Amino acid sequence: MKTKPIIWGSLALGLLAGQAAAEGQLNIYNWGNYIAPDLVTKFEAEHDVKVTVTEYDSSDTALAKIQAGGHGFDIWIGSSAYVPIYVQEGLLAESLPNQMENFAHLAPKWVDVEFDPGRSYTIPWLWGTVGITVNTDMYKGEINTAALLFDTPDELKGKVNVVPEMRDVMGLAIYYLGGTDLCTDDKELLVKVRDLLVKAKENWISMDYSTLEQMVNGDYAATMDWNGPAMRARLQNPAIHYGYAATGYPTWMDNAAILADAQNAENARLFMNFMMDPENAAILSNFTRYANGVAGSEPFMDPEMLDAPEIKVPAEFAENTYFARTCSPEIEKIYSRIWTDVKK
Amino acid sequence: MATRPKPPAVDGARAALLTPALLIVTLGALAPVLVIALYSILTPGDYGGVSWTVSFQNWLNVIAERDFLTDEMTLAAAHLEIFWRSVKLAFLTTLLTFIFGFPAAYFIATRPPHRRDLWLMLIMLPFWTNLLIRIFAVMQLIRNDGIINNLLLSIGAIEAPIQMLYTEFAVLVGMTYLYLPLMVLPIYASMERFDFSLAEAGYDLYAPRLRVLQQVILPAIKPGIIAGSILVFIPSLGDYVVARVLGGGKQLMLGNLIGMQFGELRNWPLGAALSLTLLAIVAVAMVIYVRTAGAEEEPHG
Repeated sequence: MKTKPIIWGSLALGLLAGQAAAEGQLNIYNWGNYIAPDLVTKFEAEHDVKVTVTEYDSSDTALAKIQAGGHGFDIWIGSSAYVPIYVQEGLLAESLPNQMENFAHLAPKWVDVEFDPGRSYTIPWLWGTVGITVNTDMYKGEINTAALLFDTPDELKGKVNVVPEMRDVMGLAIYYLGGTDLCTDDKELLVKVRDLLVKAKENWISMDYSTLEQMVNGDYAATMDWNGPAMRARLQNPAIHYGYAATGYPTWMDNAAILADAQNAENARLFMNFMMDPENAAILSNFTRYANGVAGSEPFMDPEMLDAPEIKVPAEFAENTYFARTCSPEIEKIYSRIWTDVKK
Repeated sequence: MATRPKPPAVDGARAALLTPALLIVTLGALAPVLVIALYSILTPGDYGGVSWTVSFQNWLNVIAERDFLTDEMTLAAAHLEIFWRSVKLAFLTTLLTFIFGFPAAYFIATRPPHRRDLWLMLIMLPFWTNLLIRIFAVMQLIRNDGIINNLLLSIGAIEAPIQMLYTEFAVLVGMTYLYLPLMVLPIYASMERFDFSLAEAGYDLYAPRLRVLQQVILPAIKPGIIAGSILVFIPSLGDYVVARVLGGGKQLMLGNLIGMQFGELRNWPLGAALSLTLLAIVAVAMVIYVRTAGAEEEPHG
């Protein structure tokens, strides 16, 4: 059997090679389709590091997987609403990005944030809003109102989609009914929210995550949506516009952080610093069509992004927003019950 | 009546041969169910997972819940509605696959033997395609801008597209299409063994066609019908994908309700209790099937 030594030999070589290359690795855990491929190539070339991106589709799935351990990820990219949970559960390394070289580039409003005061754990990835995308060929009325979702006008009945993100739908509804707190324990208000949502659902065609194709094709006349897909839809069909719920709409931010059990912490730090470079942040924005948190990235951005109404919030609605977060377990429990009644 | 061969005695070698299979059954089927059973009597963790305090609250919450405003116990109407929809759709799917599947099986079984393989292959062909792709194909057919609506619009039969996608109807169509082969194959298998000269004898005795079907063919292939019904009913009851894609996420089935507990709602113990409830419904259905099948099979044997 002459093949055997060859097999063992190549296995040993492979192990050696694996070890040699291990210093140059970085494993990123990110939302789907949420990093520009050019950016990965650029980072790999600059730092001689092999980057592997693994994607997830739900914050809760990602949390469960990271809690379970043994995942091998170095960097987690995810919602600000989950950052306090990750910190509390001890899943993030206190990597002090605020002492990194490029930290000075961050836009001041994204430095001292509620979910990570002073940025000891996280750096901004991208941020955006949740609003209502409307095909103005199919609906001529006012689009800057959550009434399109909750008191649907006759023209839109049976043509509205609502993205099934519990916390965003609950928030929009609470503010629509005059609430002032995303995490309210005002039970009478919550009963009204439930009744509103259960009744409103009769006019919804579906509760689905994918919206882009349906909006462009005219299957939906309107949908609750994130601003990124809204802009992509408008670029394909100019009749599509993005409305802001005047009663109150969520602003959210996704962030990058180094995990407590990262194997390649040094490369992860290089990556964090790399992402705060204005030019790199712009590459990310151009690909995803979301705004980043780095000041001075504008000169590197595509011109159509700079004045896009989906990204640059109109002055009249700039103040009508609340920041997305996760509520206390007790309140989340009530929200879950309401959500089951809505989705059934 | 042919006597069944006696099962051979289990000696050492046979036991050893059985061990791997038994191990897989124990580890792969029994152990997970035990974990689920354990989780169903624990308390939900704040951010998913479980905390190790025993609580039977979850089992109560399967069918009843405390109103968060008035704090009084009420039936969990949402859960019951989803239960009912799942059972109803699974039953209708079984019925529809039988209505479409029986003639198909009959047709294949009455072809000359060398042609049957071709027809069978046509039945099984869809299995070679990924399940999701098949569901999206159905979606292309029934969506507002889809093939059926466009066809009806162009011949002037309708003036506005019929809303078929994102309804219970869509889920029913999707499941019927997906599970049809599971009904056809067992019926065909028992029909292939059926001696059609018995049917001819029936005709010779001046029985009308319907009567032959009722009293000669159907009783003989009943085991195949039952096997097919079980094969269709069980996956339909636990369906997740069809309801999610074709139901538009607002016609939940049990599978979706369970999925929600492990995802966004972070209530793993309730999810575990709901899963076991589903398992219990399936078990009850199986017992009923087997009882009715067993009771009537004896005289024909």
